[in-house]
Amino acid sequence: MSGGGLLLAMLLLPLVGSAVVAPMRSTPTAAKVTAMVFALGELVLAALAWSAYQPSGARLQLLLSIPWIPSFGTRFALGIDGIALVMIALVSVLVPIVMGSSWAEKLPEDRTPAGFYALLLTLQSLLIGVFVSTDVFLFYLFFEVMLVPMYFLIGRFGGPRRQYAAVKFFLYSLLGGLVMLGSVIGLFVVSGNRLGHGTFDWASLVRIAGSVPQSTQIWLFLGFFVALAIKAPLVPFHTWLPDAGAEAPIGVGVLLVGVMDKVGIYGFLRYCLPLFPAASRALAPLVLVLAVVGVLYGALLAVGQSDMKRFVSYTSVAHFGFIALGVFAFSTQAQAGAVLYMVNHGISTGMLFIVVGMLIARGGSRLISDYGGVAALAPLLAGTMLVAGLSSLALPGTNSFVSEFMVLIGSFPRQPVYTILATTGMILAALYVLWFYQRLMQGPVRGAAVVGALDGPGTATAPEAAAQRQRARFPDLSIREVAVLTPLVALILLLGLYPQPVLNVINPSVGATLTEVGLSDPVVGQGGR
Amino acid sequence: MTVVLAPVVAAEGTALHAWLLVALPALGALVLLVGGRRTNVWGHLLGCATVLAAFGYGVVLLSQTLGFEASQRTRELGLGTWFAINSLQVNYGLRIDPLSLTFVLLITGVGGLIHLYAIGYMAHDPGRRRFFGYFNLFVAAMLVLVLSNNFVTLYLGWEGVGLASYLLIGWYQDRPSAATAAKKAFLMNRVGDVGLAIAIFLIWRSLGTVQFSEVFSRAGQIGGPTLLAITLLLLLGACGKSGQFPLQAWLPDAMEGPTPVSALIHAATMVTAGVYLIARCSPLYNLSPNGRLAVAAVGVITLLIGSIIGCAYDDIKKVLAYSTVSQIGYMILAVGLGPAGYALGIAHLLTHGFFKAGLFLGAGSVMHGMHDEIDMRRMGGLARHMPITFAIFSCGYLALIGFPFLSGYYSKDAIIEAAYAAGGAAGGVFGTIALLAAGLTAFYMTRLMLMTFFGEERWRDLRSADGHEYHPHESPAVMWVPMVPLAIGSLIAGYLLTSGGRLARWLAPSVGALVPAEAPFPPALVSIFTVLVSALGVLAAWLFVGRNPVPVVRPERVSFPVAAARADLYANAINETIVARPGTWLTRALVFVDNKGVDGVVNGTAALLGGSSGRLRRLQTGFVRSYALGMLGGAVVVIAFLLAVSYS
Repeated sequence: MSGGGLLLAMLLLPLVGSAVVAPMRSTPTAAKVTAMVFALGELVLAALAWSAYQPSGARLQLLLSIPWIPSFGTRFALGIDGIALVMIALVSVLVPIVMGSSWAEKLPEDRTPAGFYALLLTLQSLLIGVFVSTDVFLFYLFFEVMLVPMYFLIGRFGGPRRQYAAVKFFLYSLLGGLVMLGSVIGLFVVSGNRLGHGTFDWASLVRIAGSVPQSTQIWLFLGFFVALAIKAPLVPFHTWLPDAGAEAPIGVGVLLVGVMDKVGIYGFLRYCLPLFPAASRALAPLVLVLAVVGVLYGALLAVGQSDMKRFVSYTSVAHFGFIALGVFAFSTQAQAGAVLYMVNHGISTGMLFIVVGMLIARGGSRLISDYGGVAALAPLLAGTMLVAGLSSLALPGTNSFVSEFMVLIGSFPRQPVYTILATTGMILAALYVLWFYQRLMQGPVRGAAVVGALDGPGTATAPEAAAQRQRARFPDLSIREVAVLTPLVALILLLGLYPQPVLNVINPSVGATLTEVGLSDPVVGQGGR
Repeated sequence: MTVVLAPVVAAEGTALHAWLLVALPALGALVLLVGGRRTNVWGHLLGCATVLAAFGYGVVLLSQTLGFEASQRTRELGLGTWFAINSLQVNYGLRIDPLSLTFVLLITGVGGLIHLYAIGYMAHDPGRRRFFGYFNLFVAAMLVLVLSNNFVTLYLGWEGVGLASYLLIGWYQDRPSAATAAKKAFLMNRVGDVGLAIAIFLIWRSLGTVQFSEVFSRAGQIGGPTLLAITLLLLLGACGKSGQFPLQAWLPDAMEGPTPVSALIHAATMVTAGVYLIARCSPLYNLSPNGRLAVAAVGVITLLIGSIIGCAYDDIKKVLAYSTVSQIGYMILAVGLGPAGYALGIAHLLTHGFFKAGLFLGAGSVMHGMHDEIDMRRMGGLARHMPITFAIFSCGYLALIGFPFLSGYYSKDAIIEAAYAAGGAAGGVFGTIALLAAGLTAFYMTRLMLMTFFGEERWRDLRSADGHEYHPHESPAVMWVPMVPLAIGSLIAGYLLTSGGRLARWLAPSVGALVPAEAPFPPALVSIFTVLVSALGVLAAWLFVGRNPVPVVRPERVSFPVAAARADLYANAINETIVARPGTWLTRALVFVDNKGVDGVVNGTAALLGGSSGRLRRLQTGFVRSYALGMLGGAVVVIAFLLAVSYS
């Protein structure tokens, strides 16, 4: 299979899977197994793409370009750089895990697993599409269309306020998308002026980027920026995320926060920076302020949450602040850290979401205050939550440390003040994670969701006699759950101690991006040696 | 001030396998934590074996290193890349030199003894296997900390020991106070860690490297203000880890952990990491007199705070904890004195490792025999019931108060002398406070001895918290035998280390040669004064505590100084008032604003655009869904069209 064919196959395989799974309404188990098979097939394709990609090779690889709407200057053009590669790898790893974690999900009445899994596969295909497009119009198309399966996944399969959350999510994203459409058209016009014929080809647009006046760049930049900042989301565009994250089914939440939000940051790196270099340099201070506010604001709000799923969403707002800081601090260290952070955040926040889901599946409540002392009943569940939490607070040895440290140390030379402010976010991260863990897991067994339904009013310490029954009601991880979490724990440790293979893929692309912005690293070489 | 350190040479021979030092306990932790209940039966034995094997290997490395010329004793072993891009190169690597080897032997030696002791102490705990897993994890992380050859892997060990400390302080997880203490320890450490992290950022920005050998040899290229900032930020890191002012409040609370944890982590090793950090970074501090002054000042303030509060507590472990705070203050003071003090600080660190570990294990032995009682007011007269514990505890006690010719006498006196010798007003103030605090040390330790081991047997008429009568008894051999080497160390380590400047000469390749202090008056005079002041402290304790019966219930009507000391000199109240409470309000306010304000504006705008909220609701139910379906349909058509075009 040629390189481009591989990407096309990655795009189509989940769609085919979706078409196969959707009609299997009466055979839920077969639907789940079939969907899982397609998701694992996609993982194999991702592995092939990883091995076919040459880190030191061309800027974009595995190219495929088919004429699409010639009069419109747009082509069905696929290709990846190292940044896109790690993102499609992340999608391909997370989808089977999400399916495994959703295996026993209680769906709302009259909903079948077939519909749920078919939508998951459709979403996967579209997410892949966003990352492999090298035509700006095609990117825009995927960017908009991926809202659709997400809208239905939240709106049909979510929690009690799912309709409200789904609509809010949809309107927000749609609004951003429309603004971006303006900029996409603007790009076509500008390229028409420069080249004589309008184009959406990313590489051609990058070549002319330097010659576009800064004022024009700023308008076009802002169009992209609003859409991407809503998607990312950066404060103050974040308020849809806690609602959507809270109402989405757990597995959908993982993909929403773990991958779909990253499209925003990915868009900064792939579109804002290379296409509008002068605007990026000029507007970086604005983004940096939003980033640092996000780090601190998201963390403080996470501390104040009473709902577990909203808590996870707000920790993500803080993490996205770190990532945005890394992107707009303009050094290869910080940007590579930001890209690695996208992967790591998908893994560790995905895991946190999944573990929270396992807790909710047992206790039936999303409120932190309904739980307490769970570690005494389900030590493995508590232990895995702690691992996810420690990764979230960027403990060295876990994956997130490497990326957070690279973002901060790489941002420091150019932006010492913002970096120091963001670094204090490390203290808040420790606070929100450990306090969350303490309230749920430590201390005597307590809380309505743990004790209540069994022994009446739920704040009393469980008497010895009830302990056995409680363990039955609150079982530790099942074998399926262990199988879902094991790869995530392994990735957290592996990427924490040996991240270099992934960085080797990311580094050249990040270096090229920085060159496209027209800047070079502030700290060079083993300085002075 | 230029101090030339020994050049760095590539490791050879036995040292090529030095990674085993870390790998052994790390593997132990992995097996014990992943292996689960299957390893319950032999888990504790594996836990001890890995640490003792690492100790054995450390001894081999020591003998190899002693065979080299002094100038050949700093060795490096590269172990590959951790993460790297362009000018940021972070590698795994070990620095095997006299300073790191000294710590290796302390960590695995004292650590090994405490592991053995824990077999007995934790015998009745159903989670003993997991305990040894965490203990091994701690040893591995601590070895990473001291063996690293660059700042980033040091940071890996630095936060790694913080994790182990967190897990072990919160060991008794049904106790809310233990969970709170664990979280507090981690958070206050994180404050320090942020300082350390920013120091690393500054170093990298200035020099483009995080490697010790590079940083130290080119420290002179760093500008004065930047260098001062780096030294102060490193000091902030040290304050967090070592429980120094103003981040001291977590260490006494850490006593919620099992006693072997207090002995190993919160007395002998982890909390001394701050002293290690400053000694390791001596080439930076040598260039920054103001940075050194700040270090010494923090040390002096802390040693005074610790020794004052230590006088007021009735909880045997908390008295020892504040004693640790205070003694580490002495070490920080010493390393703050620069080339005249680095070796002295390390010497006190080592003797303290012996006697404080011994004291904690002794306290654990007392608790073991007294139904986990920690209130000394409910003890008394235990010397007759636990003679071995009493004897071992006494060795530690005498060493700590600086009884002539025992360990503490040599190591503490030297610091007081060096402080005076630093000269100027600062030297006089530092030396005098350190001298007075020695008297307070003698007071609180004598008070502890009298209340615990002497006097009336107050426990006779009392019941323990869980309703048992007290039957004090000696601990099993697996507990007291490991304490014997610690007791011996308490007696003779000080002499062995300091006579003829043995330790200072050994450490010279790592921290520079010890510059002998030019004392304003004869050292013997300082020595005599210290002994006199300590004797006064002992006498005062006897007058206040020993002569009179000890009330079983703590008297509440006390003078202001006592009340203040009991309240930790209001450190917690201050933290509560200026950090915790405003933080809670801020968080609540932000949650309100985010829900009503930011989100409200957005929803309101949407409603405005829609004309009315009613229309918005119709929009929600009808339009959006059909639009979404329309988009999906459109996408399908587009893709189908595309496929048809491409493959027709």
